[in-house]
Amino acid sequence: MTDTLTRVDTATAAPVKRRRRPLGPLAVVPLLAFTALAFGLPAWAILDGAFTVKNQATGTSSYSTANLTLSLQGAYLTALIGSVKLSAVSAALAALLGLPLAQAVVTSRFRALREAVLTASGVLANFGGVPLAFAFVATLGNAGVLTRHLGLTDKGWDLYSFWGLVIVYLYFLIPLMVLTITPALEGLRTQWREAAQNNGATPVQYWRHVALPVLAPSLLGGLVLLFGSAFAAYATAAAMVGSSIPLVTLQIADAISGNVLVGQENVALALSLDMVLVAGLVMAVYLPLQRRSARWLA
Amino acid sequence: MARLNPWRWGVFGLAGLYFLVPLAASVVFTVDVPGQGLTFDAYSRIFSTNGFGASLLLSLELALATIAVVLLLMVPAMVALRLGAPRLRPVVEVVCSLPLVVPPIAFVAGIGTVLKWGPEHLSRTPLFQTFVAIQNPDFPVILVLAYVVMALPFVYRALDAGLRAVDVRTLVEAARSCGAGWPQALVQAVLPNLRGALLNASFLTLALVLGEFTVAQLLGFQPFAVWIVNVSGSQAQLSVAVSVLSLLVTWALLLALAGVGGRSRTTSRG
Repeated sequence: MTDTLTRVDTATAAPVKRRRRPLGPLAVVPLLAFTALAFGLPAWAILDGAFTVKNQATGTSSYSTANLTLSLQGAYLTALIGSVKLSAVSAALAALLGLPLAQAVVTSRFRALREAVLTASGVLANFGGVPLAFAFVATLGNAGVLTRHLGLTDKGWDLYSFWGLVIVYLYFLIPLMVLTITPALEGLRTQWREAAQNNGATPVQYWRHVALPVLAPSLLGGLVLLFGSAFAAYATAAAMVGSSIPLVTLQIADAISGNVLVGQENVALALSLDMVLVAGLVMAVYLPLQRRSARWLA
Repeated sequence: MARLNPWRWGVFGLAGLYFLVPLAASVVFTVDVPGQGLTFDAYSRIFSTNGFGASLLLSLELALATIAVVLLLMVPAMVALRLGAPRLRPVVEVVCSLPLVVPPIAFVAGIGTVLKWGPEHLSRTPLFQTFVAIQNPDFPVILVLAYVVMALPFVYRALDAGLRAVDVRTLVEAARSCGAGWPQALVQAVLPNLRGALLNASFLTLALVLGEFTVAQLLGFQPFAVWIVNVSGSQAQLSVAVSVLSLLVTWALLLALAGVGGRSRTTSRG
């Protein structure tokens, strides 16, 4: 009601409106100018550099796709595949483990427990980077508390490996999954379950034919979001394993720090472009799915 | 009732185990040093270690500058979008979401390339001085610029959620009818109603800057997160102790945020 009132007000108060007009666009200008400079320039540098090849002999540079081709070969390709594999495995595991946790939270009768788990998830989902790496080094690293007390090294345990990284990544991916999937689970009406039960459906049938199809967009959306999050992660892996595991983020960091052959600096930019393309793909899948799943929450 | 079935407790139990053990183990790791028994040495050593104060101070300064810049850029723009320029909304939304598509490591590769243009192409122009100035190790402005870009998506969502709950148009009209000028209407009528959203945005930015490692390390600066990694090589106990401390501080901040803003979903969509 207030909405319609104000709309009528502004329509009749034409002079006021005219005076206000210029403010809108003008106030947006600093923001757009800033992003053009601070985001646009680096983005353009990535694009430009990824396609530029410098000729060491003559010192001239020309545009070509050589860097991109190179970024999809040899060690670079291994790193790219390593990143995709690590992200896919961690995202899938996190989704698989996060779903029952979220379901347990949503159906819990204890409000306090629910709130606590959700708040903790918010905190843990934002907990990446260096402290996470060190927490796990202290726990499961070579001299870690659990490693020492349980004698895990003799049993072949190694934190600084593919599966070690997966376990560490799950620490922030599972809470992220809980947060993304909880609204969708809350949208599952009890009536649907009751209706299914009244028609003689078993819980398995209910999940297969009712709940999972409704959840599918949210689940898939959560999955790609987790994938993107794991794919872009750098600090955790860098602080934990150095560059002993081939990951594209570590490769780029190496290249930026100058640990590559002369004349291949732009390969780092080509790799960055590869990452941007993957991340863009993830967002292109995620955003429509999120919108679609929002339908059920209304 | 079947609601209290064992699988629920199994799920919570396993989750609790997985999420609490590394934290507990970190604390044990720092106080139970092999050969020395129980000691709080690691924690007391933190404050006397070279670079602790300087790097923490740098991180806090960067965080404050980033929050100031991002709010100064975003608040007027977002309020204006509500009032007079709804057609620009999709533009701003896209611009603020773009940083999500560029992972920090790719972003820093781009920044590094731009910074190299300075010595390569601009050494005879006044722009070169600017390039030198923004890379001053005492206060690297370049990091503030990068962090503002990285914070845009979170700040956009926090402010958008806050503005959705307030009828900005009516507030401004009321203030203007009472004789307030534009700045007064904005500062005295709109901003107080956005307090929760502003706090939310500030805390998210603060957490982002305090924990940021990638950009700072690769551009060669040493705020807190980078310093922790650098001391870890020589002193394992110390670095874990610092991690535990920084964790507690960040968590306290985020929990405070959850308490102040009510548990808002904007926190989660990182």
